[in-house]
Amino acid sequence: MVCSALTYSFGAHTAVDHVDLRIEHGETFGLLGPNGAGKTTTIRMLTTLLRPLAGSVSVFGVNAAERPMRVRRMIGYVPQMLSADATLTGRENVQLFARLFDVPRSLRHERVESALAAMGLAEPASRLVKTYSGGMIRRLELAQALVNSPSLLVLDEPTVGLDPIARTDVWEFIARLRETADMTVLMTTHYMDEADTYCDRIALMHSGSIRATGTPGVLKAMLGQSATLDDVFRHYTGGTLDDDDEKGGIRDVRRARRTARRLG
Amino acid sequence: MTSAAQGVPPAASAEPVLAGPGHFSTALVPPADTPLAVARRLVSRIVTLCWVELRKIRHDRTELYTRAIQPALWLLIYGEVFTKIHAIPTPGHIPYLAYLAPGILAQSALFIAIFYGIQIIWERDAGVLTKLMVTPTPRAALISGKAFAAGVRSVVQATVVVVLSAILGVSLTTNPLNFVGAAAVVVLGSAFFSCLSMSIAGLALSRDRLMGIGQAITMPLFFSSSALYPEKIMPGWLQAISKCNPLSYEVDALRGLLIGTPAHLGLDMTVLVLATVAGVTASAALLPRLAR
Repeated sequence: MVCSALTYSFGAHTAVDHVDLRIEHGETFGLLGPNGAGKTTTIRMLTTLLRPLAGSVSVFGVNAAERPMRVRRMIGYVPQMLSADATLTGRENVQLFARLFDVPRSLRHERVESALAAMGLAEPASRLVKTYSGGMIRRLELAQALVNSPSLLVLDEPTVGLDPIARTDVWEFIARLRETADMTVLMTTHYMDEADTYCDRIALMHSGSIRATGTPGVLKAMLGQSATLDDVFRHYTGGTLDDDDEKGGIRDVRRARRTARRLG
Repeated sequence: MTSAAQGVPPAASAEPVLAGPGHFSTALVPPADTPLAVARRLVSRIVTLCWVELRKIRHDRTELYTRAIQPALWLLIYGEVFTKIHAIPTPGHIPYLAYLAPGILAQSALFIAIFYGIQIIWERDAGVLTKLMVTPTPRAALISGKAFAAGVRSVVQATVVVVLSAILGVSLTTNPLNFVGAAAVVVLGSAFFSCLSMSIAGLALSRDRLMGIGQAITMPLFFSSSALYPEKIMPGWLQAISKCNPLSYEVDALRGLLIGTPAHLGLDMTVLVLATVAGVTASAALLPRLAR
């Protein structure tokens, strides 16, 4: 997946400013940055939800602005917000996506069941999503994204708003999936520890532009032996992460509460 | 559907059943983009979203019952009283209750459709709409699917009104084809009014505003149609409005099909189809405002 000089602005505010990214086949790539860095806007352009104002995105050689339908078929997308239809069962939510991705009828049953099983949801699949916990909904969303056998899995803040146990749980499922499937994963996060543990390569994004790219190890080594990714981030962005993370924390809590209310 | 769960070995959350290596890496062959394939995909999306609607009705039937109360009151109280006093001239001097029944049927379908846009705002707020829009589903196909899903829900509701009318002694057609035709009319009518609702959703962008606008336009739409009284007894200005109101055409067709009054079926269907196409076009154009 290649982005070149990708730009988007909301009115006078340039949310994404000439971003160049190259994600290699099969790697797990993390896009890191505080809230408001432009990560989600970048993702929305990759997933064809927004048309870039300038620059281009190409996914496995297909231009996202020119052939959005072709690109959508290759992508499994899990948005930031916990979003599944609470009035349907888990299985029906996955079946819906199998149908929307034109999974042939003969394969549908098998694909749906194995996506549910791979996410540990075979048992609760017949229950209404209303009764699911946050971590289960996130895993259900992963199952929805998997049913299409995407070549590129796009995860926007996959663990935001989840409690620590559910977070570890979701990561374990993603990690297992990476072992069994030949899939490129692009994710955004503002949890540095998660990026450090689970990403092959990361890019640091701040105020709409990419400040550094590399493996977590190399980026840390450049600042000395005991450096953490937080130090790296502070080095490249001028030490604003803590403040932003603080705000992010409150926002997370609010978002999680909203979600909890919405899903009853 | 539920029996499928038994075919899968139960997976403890600690030790999930994993698919074989590379299982999810066999990507599907992208389908062709010939006009026929595009049309088939449109039909497939409509079928899918109607399927979702039917599942939802199955999971929660309370709305079906609560929404049956209003039409029951219209038929039982308003209908019975006006039948007795013979105040409204009916074609072929059929009982007023029989004349009214298709009008009330169209009304209950209208009530469902006119608030259908709330669902799309709810889906926007819940992030579901974004996910739907990242599937290979063109905007017009998504809107058509939703519109026909509203139609399916209306048909289920309309069945309740038909049964109620039969119980009250309205002599309905016995030809099954006429019922199929009536179902098609209800689907088209609801598809149009749900598109109207989704267009307003695209402009209003909030549930509360949509509720307000919905409330404000439902009764004017109902009273300016031929649902309660024939057009010829309306004042001239109201007749003119009624002629522009798709609900009048829906009611006319339903009366012709279910009761057997003289109707302009060809004109009615043409108006409903054109209105639906216009409605889908308008809401599809406004959809990006919701997904932003």
